[in-house]
Amino acid sequence: MTLAAHFVGSKGSFTLDARFSFPARGVTALFGPSGCGKTTLLRCIAGLNRLDFGRFEIGGEPWQNERIFLAPHKRALGYVFQDANLFAHLSVRDNLLFGATRAARQNTQADKTQAGPVDFDDLVALLGLGHLLERAPANLSGGERQRVAIGRALLTRPKILLMDEPLSALDHASKNEIMPYLEGLHDTLSIPILYVTHAPEEVARLADHLVVLEQGRVLASGPLTETLARLDLPIRHDDNAGVAIEAVIAERDEHWHLTRAAFAGGSIWVRDPGLAIGHRVRLRVLARDVSLALQQNTNSSIMNSLAATVTDIAANGHPGVRLVRVDVGGTPLVARLTARSAHELDLAPGKAVWAQIKSVAVLG
Amino acid sequence: MWDDAIVLTLKLATLVTIVLLVVGTPIAWWLARSKAWWKEAVGAVVALPIVLPPTVLGFYLLIALGPHSPIGQAAQALFGQTLPFTFEGLVIGSVIYSLPFVVQPIRNAFEAFGERPLEAAATLRASPLDTFFNVALPLARPGMLTGAVLGFAHTVGEFGVVLMIGGNIPGETKVLSVAIYDYVETLEWGKAHVLSAGMVVFSFFVILSVMVTEKRMRSRLT
Repeated sequence: MTLAAHFVGSKGSFTLDARFSFPARGVTALFGPSGCGKTTLLRCIAGLNRLDFGRFEIGGEPWQNERIFLAPHKRALGYVFQDANLFAHLSVRDNLLFGATRAARQNTQADKTQAGPVDFDDLVALLGLGHLLERAPANLSGGERQRVAIGRALLTRPKILLMDEPLSALDHASKNEIMPYLEGLHDTLSIPILYVTHAPEEVARLADHLVVLEQGRVLASGPLTETLARLDLPIRHDDNAGVAIEAVIAERDEHWHLTRAAFAGGSIWVRDPGLAIGHRVRLRVLARDVSLALQQNTNSSIMNSLAATVTDIAANGHPGVRLVRVDVGGTPLVARLTARSAHELDLAPGKAVWAQIKSVAVLG
Repeated sequence: MWDDAIVLTLKLATLVTIVLLVVGTPIAWWLARSKAWWKEAVGAVVALPIVLPPTVLGFYLLIALGPHSPIGQAAQALFGQTLPFTFEGLVIGSVIYSLPFVVQPIRNAFEAFGERPLEAAATLRASPLDTFFNVALPLARPGMLTGAVLGFAHTVGEFGVVLMIGGNIPGETKVLSVAIYDYVETLEWGKAHVLSAGMVVFSFFVILSVMVTEKRMRSRLT
């Protein structure tokens, strides 16, 4: 099942013309630089902005088309704002219940049977809010506020969760504090989540589906692994650009504290993250941590060396840099090389190489 | 005799404050949120009593409420009398005279929190009316308190308008400020002293308690 959204219109000198579809379950990241229209798009779906044309429907109910425009309060959505936007005059508990009581009055019986942790106590436990319930929002940390905002939105039993850069206003420590909760939501919720961000790390960690926006237009939309490995998108220019690989913990080396993560086409040894064998993980390999060699180099500190085939080469904005996409038994990797290296190795699509991976991050 | 004036003044000011909050809050809301190009013109009309001499205001009110005006004729038909030189007339005059002192702080409060909490409420299924009563009004509480106190104090201190449309009828329109004026005119300085000093003390405590409460309210909201 997929959902489709299409919005067209102008706001001042900015023009949005975005049409994309996304899966009805899991996290879809709307990714792009500041001012690309990703927040406007999210606000359009919520009904907070109204452009010349919009079309969106969910669960057979049209929220907006040529004839219909449902007011935001009539759309069964959860919205998490960039800076939480809690009600200052209400306690954490009353903030959480604000939408819940109103939605309970409006939702039909069919809506109430929807899956997901919408029981108040369950959600409070899931988000770790138990000890904060009687506090005022002014006495919460940034990360705590954002957790309350997420809980407040979910308690309305939404059909879709819209998140507008929920981590961007937080410092590094708060981001790390809240990330596990977001990953937990990803696993427990059966509704689609649209997640606006300009941070490649968040995309790699949370998203299943990626929509790339630039200047109000959709440049690409597709499954995460595939879309991240494309060389023609601006996300490649980011220093932290990389691919995400779905893998399973397959083996453990107790002596050296390593585990082997297996994926379609190969496996990679990583520092033991303490996960059980069989556990699903997502590996993140940055383009700058991948180098290419023509022979398997055994006299090296690099542990992971995978047989691969070059599939594509692209420039990335700087004349001295090349991005090379290689295929490892069906799994794409991207390497960032100097143009001179690419020339000296005589790289071209179809050439067999060894991809040497210097560092891997294990996510979730 | 002079305690009549105190009771009357408190009764007038209380009633006027209630009317002002009921009338002034929607006006303040509209002024804070409307995008109509002529809204500042309406804002200026509401603010006029700040600059106009009370006698000018009182003069026009006298004419507007008098027996030859449509309002006066309607009042005549409804109550069998016109409004000038009655307590009801004083209430109407005071409401108009004190309106800007109530509207402005409430409008500022609405403008200060802006669109964002209202958008949050909309995404949490609250209708616009629900949002107004359960989000906007509670968030504007400090501004409403300031407005109420300013409106109350302003009505207590009003003199010119009262004299123009209310005259000096004991128990009906003779409020404190007019009573003090009368005592001074008739050289009863002792009584003038008691009332005046009472006003000073009263005003001081009103303003002090408002400042303290407002500070506490604001620190809770931010």
